Amino acid sequence: MEKELRLMKGNEAIAEAAIRAGVDAYYGYPITPQSEVMEYLTEQQPEDRTGMVVLQAESEVASINMIYGAAGAGKRAMTSSSSPGISLMQEGLSYMAGAELPCVLLNVVRGGPGLGTIQPSQADYFQSTKGGGHGDYHLITLAPSSVQEMYDFLKISFELAEKYRNPAMILSDGAIGQMMEKVILDEQVPRRTEEEIIKDFPWASTGKKNRERNIITSLELDPAKQEQVNLNIQKKYREIEEKEVRFEKVQCDDAEYLLVAYGTSARLCQETVKLARDKGIKLGLLRPITLYPFPMKEIASMVEKQVKGVVSVEMSAGQMIEDVKLAVNGKVPAEHYGRFGGMIPSPEDILEFMEKQIMGG
Amino acid sequence: MTEEIIIAGFGGQGVLSMGKILAYSGIMQDQEVSWMPSYGPEMRGGTANVTVILSDERISSPILSTFDTAIILNQQSMDKFEEAVKPGGTLIYDPNGITRHPEREDIEVYQIAAAEEASNMGMNKVFNMVVLGGYLKVKPLVKMDNVIKGLKKSLPERYHHLLPVNEKAIKRGLEIIQEYKKN
Repeated sequence: MEKELRLMKGNEAIAEAAIRAGVDAYYGYPITPQSEVMEYLTEQQPEDRTGMVVLQAESEVASINMIYGAAGAGKRAMTSSSSPGISLMQEGLSYMAGAELPCVLLNVVRGGPGLGTIQPSQADYFQSTKGGGHGDYHLITLAPSSVQEMYDFLKISFELAEKYRNPAMILSDGAIGQMMEKVILDEQVPRRTEEEIIKDFPWASTGKKNRERNIITSLELDPAKQEQVNLNIQKKYREIEEKEVRFEKVQCDDAEYLLVAYGTSARLCQETVKLARDKGIKLGLLRPITLYPFPMKEIASMVEKQVKGVVSVEMSAGQMIEDVKLAVNGKVPAEHYGRFGGMIPSPEDILEFMEKQIMGG
Repeated sequence: MTEEIIIAGFGGQGVLSMGKILAYSGIMQDQEVSWMPSYGPEMRGGTANVTVILSDERISSPILSTFDTAIILNQQSMDKFEEAVKPGGTLIYDPNGITRHPEREDIEVYQIAAAEEASNMGMNKVFNMVVLGGYLKVKPLVKMDNVIKGLKKSLPERYHHLLPVNEKAIKRGLEIIQEYKKN
């Protein structure tokens, strides 16, 4: 069968991916630069296509709590928002991590802090990868750097979220959300039937029939029991860190210098690598695809071998650099380069920084 | 081959949809494409621009500061993007509403009176297709068959009865574009 090819915005691609991945429900609240997600879904009327529910909630707080409810019933539920809206959802996300519920959320990041600007930014790295809300938890965080990946990562995120019973975050930005590229679409996956939900998610509140009552809660007042809950959650994170790290390497085989960048910054850095190679500089790019779990071991092993200096490029004041420095562990110089507040660095500026701050000594 | 294009003008002129048709045309001939709009609190009457890249290779950065071709459709865009054309590159503009014509000597400059032509055709809305036709004459990188296919893909089916008039506008654009010589 010939593959279905379309020119789509990142925001539209992830909406189409949601329908085709058999997602049961989308609850959202509009905010630029991601409003196309709900626009596209409403236009497509997925209720007719697959029975998927699309609902504009009264707020972001309502959206995430609707998702809590749907996920508790074993449904595939998702939302999308942009930075200020994601901040509003943090309480709900912490509760979901505590109650071990899967869901997927998309953050099309804009410049902050506060209401900030609607232009692209990557300043929500800490919030996404280090928990965001209260308590000891992480979101499984994937960072698409193309429209095709916006499409592909939706399904992967649900698979990871469901496998580990933990919320997953797709950390995008205004550029990837608004840009159009070609997308190869896959075939429609049917939504899970009630029987399949009972079989796949024995923990879900599916109506008590011939089994013990399932309780979905993040509340456990007995500290000894609450510690055990935490130990179980942490055990999952160790497994995730062991098994689920994803990354892409560009011209890294002989690289003496290394850029680390994700999302839009990784696209800019691909150009920087070309510029550097034209000048005879052996520069490579490591693109983390999962930001949590972060490719610590890979960076550490590259530094052990031939890499003499690292620049972490991020449209922020320097967040991912903290993980990069942990991986580098002081063995070689590692610095952050970035623009923020909606400004985008140029590939030339990135190269100049590398030459002056790292290669220049 | 990689062609990096900026199309810039007023919101409502069809800048974004012209870029989309061009990008779809590239897909029709198996190219890699990207379409990156300026987005912001901008509505009809404000400025709008879009960067389109057509390439035989994987596209690295979709965000550019210099271009092989600039298609300029108002004075603000002329002020902003004339300098962004790479040396040896191409600038195409509609003189309608332009108060300061391009001054650079190191690029090729073309004029296309698309607004006037669209008005003569009795369909102001095909303005952007006249411009597209002009671009295709100067830079025949996408085959006309593929442009027509791209157009069909871009337009929702309810507008498919407008395909012939759009095609006609593209063909008029091919005919009327002229090299611009400073006096």
